[in-house]
Amino acid sequence: MLSINELRASIEGKEILKGINLEIKPGEVHAIMGPNGSGKSTLASVLAGREEYEVTGGTVVFDGKEILDMAPEDRAAEGIFLAFQYPVEIPGVTTINFLKTAVNEIRKYKGESPLDAAQFLKMVREKAKLVSMNDSLLKRALNEGFSGGEKKRNEIFQMAVLEPKLAILDETDSGLDIDALRIVAEGVNSLRSPDRSAIVVTHYQRLLDYIVPDYVHVLYKGRIVKSGTKELAFELEEKGYDWIKAEVEAIG
Amino acid sequence: MSNETIDLKTRLVTDFYARESVMNGEASSAFHQKKRAALAEFDKLGFPTTRNEEWKYSNVKDLTSVLYNFNADSSITSADLEDLKIPSQEANILYFINGHYNAALSVFVSASSQIIIDSLQEAYKKDPVLINTYFNELVKDENDAFTALNTAFAQDGVFIHIPDNQTVEHPVILRFISDARVQNVGSQPRNIIAVGRNAHVKLAEAYRTLGNERSFTNTVTEIFVSEDAGVEYYKVQNESENAYHIGTTKVKMLDRSQFYSGTVTLNGRFTRNNLNIILDGERCEAHMYGLYFPDGVQHVDNHTVADHRKPNSESNELYKGILRDRSKGVFNGKIFVRPDAQKTNAFQSCKNIVLSTDATMNTKPQLEIFADDVKCSHGTTTGQIDEEALFYMRSRGISQSEAMALLMFAFCADVISQIRIDSVREYLEGVIAEKLASK
Ligand SMILES: Nc1ncnc2c1ncn2[C@@H]1O[C@H](COP(=O)(O)OP(=O)(O)OP(=O)(O)O)[C@@H](O)[C@H]1O
Ligand SMILES: [Mg+2]
Repeated sequence: MLSINELRASIEGKEILKGINLEIKPGEVHAIMGPNGSGKSTLASVLAGREEYEVTGGTVVFDGKEILDMAPEDRAAEGIFLAFQYPVEIPGVTTINFLKTAVNEIRKYKGESPLDAAQFLKMVREKAKLVSMNDSLLKRALNEGFSGGEKKRNEIFQMAVLEPKLAILDETDSGLDIDALRIVAEGVNSLRSPDRSAIVVTHYQRLLDYIVPDYVHVLYKGRIVKSGTKELAFELEEKGYDWIKAEVEAIG
Repeated sequence: MSNETIDLKTRLVTDFYARESVMNGEASSAFHQKKRAALAEFDKLGFPTTRNEEWKYSNVKDLTSVLYNFNADSSITSADLEDLKIPSQEANILYFINGHYNAALSVFVSASSQIIIDSLQEAYKKDPVLINTYFNELVKDENDAFTALNTAFAQDGVFIHIPDNQTVEHPVILRFISDARVQNVGSQPRNIIAVGRNAHVKLAEAYRTLGNERSFTNTVTEIFVSEDAGVEYYKVQNESENAYHIGTTKVKMLDRSQFYSGTVTLNGRFTRNNLNIILDGERCEAHMYGLYFPDGVQHVDNHTVADHRKPNSESNELYKGILRDRSKGVFNGKIFVRPDAQKTNAFQSCKNIVLSTDATMNTKPQLEIFADDVKCSHGTTTGQIDEEALFYMRSRGISQSEAMALLMFAFCADVISQIRIDSVREYLEGVIAEKLASK
């Protein structure tokens, strides 16, 4: 499904990703952990197509297509979705109108006819229920004045509407209360299927109790320095990152 | 003079005296004496140059370098005017073609007990003394060549009077059409709007050009707002690539009155709007909203004044602009707080998005405060489109152009939503959406 090979990226001349390798098969969930500033959000942004980052090397193949030269909107239409660590507030554009535009632009890309207002509303209501998203939020300007938790929930709601093949969740768990965490996790799990995959970036093992990953990777200084199964997350929770940092320094 | 070309100023001055010479008795009227004085003022001032501080960023050389026919006939029919679709039973709609009132096209729905609407010419014939009490009273000290020129040639336009305690349910739409299909045309509409005590009315001036020859519109509107009255006043400009528009609206507000304005410039080669509000009463509220959207080589200049002369009043201003291509925008917002105007609240904000490196925006807030117990704030921003927002939208599958259109439409929305004549607002939303989709 996704094959990242020796990916390097920099911003303002500073190299952040220093050769990432990652292989994700259909149906798999991969967790990415790692200390602050190690490049997790950068990786997520580069995969989604953020143009501020300059890709200086490597390849990313998604569903058989090289995506690094694709526009962000085309990647979205191909099935990549990024749940932002810091969702953007967009005054004046309602969530519902925004999503309708997104859904129909993706349908257009696929050569499908646009959904009419009734079909769209019906679908949106179902998905909103799935993540217990309050109807009143849909009519408000996108993320404007939303609480931290509401913003994160809105990300998962959008994911549920767009049904991506690859979901990248960047710290979707931070800022959520216990109930919201469970609801969000259920939303993610309801999308799990043999042909959908996910990358879950998190600092906390707790989320991985709900969304059980097939693999856990540690990103440090722009490289994946350790990979394992969900047990690795427990180990990190217990011991922190010092031992991993020490291992990396030892190798040099 | 070594060549035969007659410049615009000379032609106008000559025309004035030629007309005067065939006026008979009317030439000695008080009304005409005002015009005569205005002509002399225009002659003395001449068209402004960029050395004049008020015209620093707006050069009228192009505008004044050709001649215009100020008495052009027009073969216009209602079919030519179907763009602004306002159901005729919902508004009083007055048409002015090349500056002249057209009774055949106009429709009235409000009762004459609620509102008196006449062409200025008609009104003057009926009651010259009444018209003379209003005419030029507000703009006589403007010290502005275009205003003086308009006064000198003021001939047609509208006189609206709303008697005390009347709330006029149906809006009044004044449509000024320049028919530039066959020649360069000029027009100088002059409007007087007198709103009685505790009377309420909604008005819109809509400017439009047909054809691609040049049009020059030089318009002046004087609005008198009595105690406890409420006026909503919108100005919509959707003119041609060869349209030059200079307009002054001057408003005087008395105690506890409210004035809302919306000035929307969608198209036009060169536009200068002066909106000058005197808050000459206590507990007045003046709201000024503006939106401009130039592209190509268009030039839009908004000069506004909120002149607080009495205590306890409030003015609130928000102007927004989107500039594309090689267009230029100018915003100059003056706030005066006179010594007597304690406890004034005055807010001003001008926000711009500049979408091209060749487009420019000049903003100048100008606050002159002579009272000590006041709350004033002003701010201007000029920036690009929010890249974070753009990426967020694109990451959901929305194309760059569609995302831009959504963001810009949202940017315009807080001005457009202030326009409370539904059909005018819907018209604007349509034109703006179309303009956004065009690039
Ligand atoms: N726009 C930018 N300009 C300059 N430096 C940047 C920019 N974006 C990211 N960086 C730097 O890149 C590095 C990696 O940042 P990134 O956000 O990817 O880290 P992260 O692993 O997601 O951290 P966290 O766990 O705190 O979210 C940091 O040192 C950060 O300061
Ligand atoms: Mg991060």
